[in-house]
Amino acid sequence: MPSTTTNKLLAILLASVTLLSAAPSADEKHISVYSPVAIYTLPVLDRGGHEYVGLLELLEPLGRVSTATDGRRWKLRYNAVDAEFVAGKTRARIRGHNFDFMAPFLIENSRGLVPLSSLSAFLPRFLGAPVNFRESARRLFVGDVGIQIGFQLDASNPPRLALNFSAPVNPTISTEPGKLRMVFKRDPVVSPGSQSISFDNKVITHASYSENNGDAELEVAANEPLMASFSNNRRTIVVSAVPPVATPSVAGQNPAQATPAANVASGNNNVHRVLAVVDPAHGGEERGAALTDKLAEKDVTLGFARLLRHELETRGFAVALLRDGDTSSTLDQRAAAANVARAGIYISLHAVSQGSGACVYTALLPVEGTSKGAFHAWNAAQSPALPVSRIVSAAIVAEMQKREFPVQASSASLRPLNNVFMPAVAVELAPGADGIADLTSANYQQRAASAIADAVVSVRDRLGVQP
Amino acid sequence: MIPRYLLIGVAALLVLVVAMGIYARHMRRQAGELESLAANALPVAPPASGPTETVTLYVADDAAGMLRARSAQIPLPGGRQQRAEELLRTLLRIYQQPGAAHPLAPAADIRSIYLVDPGAAVIDLNAAFADQHRSGILSEQLTVNSLVETLAANVPGIQRVNILVEGKTRDTLAGHADLTESFDVVTVVQAGNQ
Repeated sequence: MPSTTTNKLLAILLASVTLLSAAPSADEKHISVYSPVAIYTLPVLDRGGHEYVGLLELLEPLGRVSTATDGRRWKLRYNAVDAEFVAGKTRARIRGHNFDFMAPFLIENSRGLVPLSSLSAFLPRFLGAPVNFRESARRLFVGDVGIQIGFQLDASNPPRLALNFSAPVNPTISTEPGKLRMVFKRDPVVSPGSQSISFDNKVITHASYSENNGDAELEVAANEPLMASFSNNRRTIVVSAVPPVATPSVAGQNPAQATPAANVASGNNNVHRVLAVVDPAHGGEERGAALTDKLAEKDVTLGFARLLRHELETRGFAVALLRDGDTSSTLDQRAAAANVARAGIYISLHAVSQGSGACVYTALLPVEGTSKGAFHAWNAAQSPALPVSRIVSAAIVAEMQKREFPVQASSASLRPLNNVFMPAVAVELAPGADGIADLTSANYQQRAASAIADAVVSVRDRLGVQP
Repeated sequence: MIPRYLLIGVAALLVLVVAMGIYARHMRRQAGELESLAANALPVAPPASGPTETVTLYVADDAAGMLRARSAQIPLPGGRQQRAEELLRTLLRIYQQPGAAHPLAPAADIRSIYLVDPGAAVIDLNAAFADQHRSGILSEQLTVNSLVETLAANVPGIQRVNILVEGKTRDTLAGHADLTESFDVVTVVQAGNQ
């Protein structure tokens, strides 16, 4: 038994390390793409003094994409647009017309790479929508998705600065003496017009806006420690000076832990929001089912998960993806990550080439191991939450049926469903009327993701709240 | 001048060497064909003997996403273990027919079934069963449920079932259905009735 406990602790540690390592490092270059259907981040590669991004990865979340490699030629079809590229050449054919890149097109491991410097001129030919690419900040806006910021200072004592956004936002917030910094990694926040705004106030002096490496950053400067709170369904962030706090009388307590600023500095800006952990199944070497000769289950689940994240976030959930790239984790690591995060709900996503519509699964628990008091066996950790999991499953089925999306519910001996202690379901997406192409169709995935998100909203009261 | 008898002797030896070479080549080819045949041979179960009985097979239907109960009359041997093996091989033959509603690979087979008292059964599949199984939650779970329910319905006293592949524990059947734990017969049957 001690070895089992040690193994579980190791699994939790490994999961934490994996999650940390899966996040893009501060030094890693990336591009953020904001569109009405998906918001995502892609790695940027330096080749021959130019910055490149994978074209398939760039277009895949936005529409139906297929590619074919023929020696040095790379053909791509996005929805109804055909294009042909030649490795090492700057000239490409798009919709039967020539297009000249600023740097040569590259093929690496069957992936087509295009230079960032040409995206502004290149993408509208595919997307048929206006594109605004801020190359120096590597932020790409497809369509009219930008979130505007408004500033409103209330000079009463203590002063309060209300930041009003045109849509809900979810920045990472940190504080340091005299500054409160908000980093918008997934919100298409745009510049307020001026990079720096001064306030006629002795406490809150000015705010500055900057963009870099796919992120937007808003920094509020003051002469006193600051704190932030959300209101208006996350459309407003109120920044104010930290009120004076009495020194704690408990011996040995760290006064810093007792201040509200400590909460803000820890980035805990999701108070009272349900955390949904979305798990795109498989990843890395573990490709999952071969849906076609070239399409692996792991790729479909990742795109689907990103859409579901967007749908849940717009409905007020905090969302964590267990992978946001082609990385691999063991099933124990995935379960441990969801458990450690104390998620309110766990959703595993799968894809299959047979059948039609979707199938929603709850855990088919094995013969339960020994339970000791409040502790459940690892293989049956799901047991106490199973009734709520079934309610979630039924809600998803009902929402999908409402949208005339073929669906059925079932139980499966599927890990890590058995190993998570919060309500948990797995959704396996199968093709629709258009066959296997549906699995990569943003519209098809969107319908499913939207139904799942609405269903989760309808049972929100039964889900745990992030502490 | 070489004597005539020496010439005849050398010629006979040459003919013998050539004939031996041809024979050796023929034997090598024949051995290769036998090896190839042995490698490709599907496992052939010995014909079951015993009185014919009516059994209930739970047959998976991928399109419907469920199991369908089907009655069959098959000769079953007397021993519990042999009976269980014959039962599942009969089920397997349904899945290996052309156009089956839940196709399994032609080379898929049940290596053995061990009945361990009290109430446990261990099904040992061959490698082809798992390696060539279609990957997907529904397809894999239907296979598991079909094996478990068919066994439990026709061999009294089975409460839980373990599934091995080539005598060893395997994480999943084909990437999804977890095979590391025992399947509780009651839970599987209840799930099938949902």
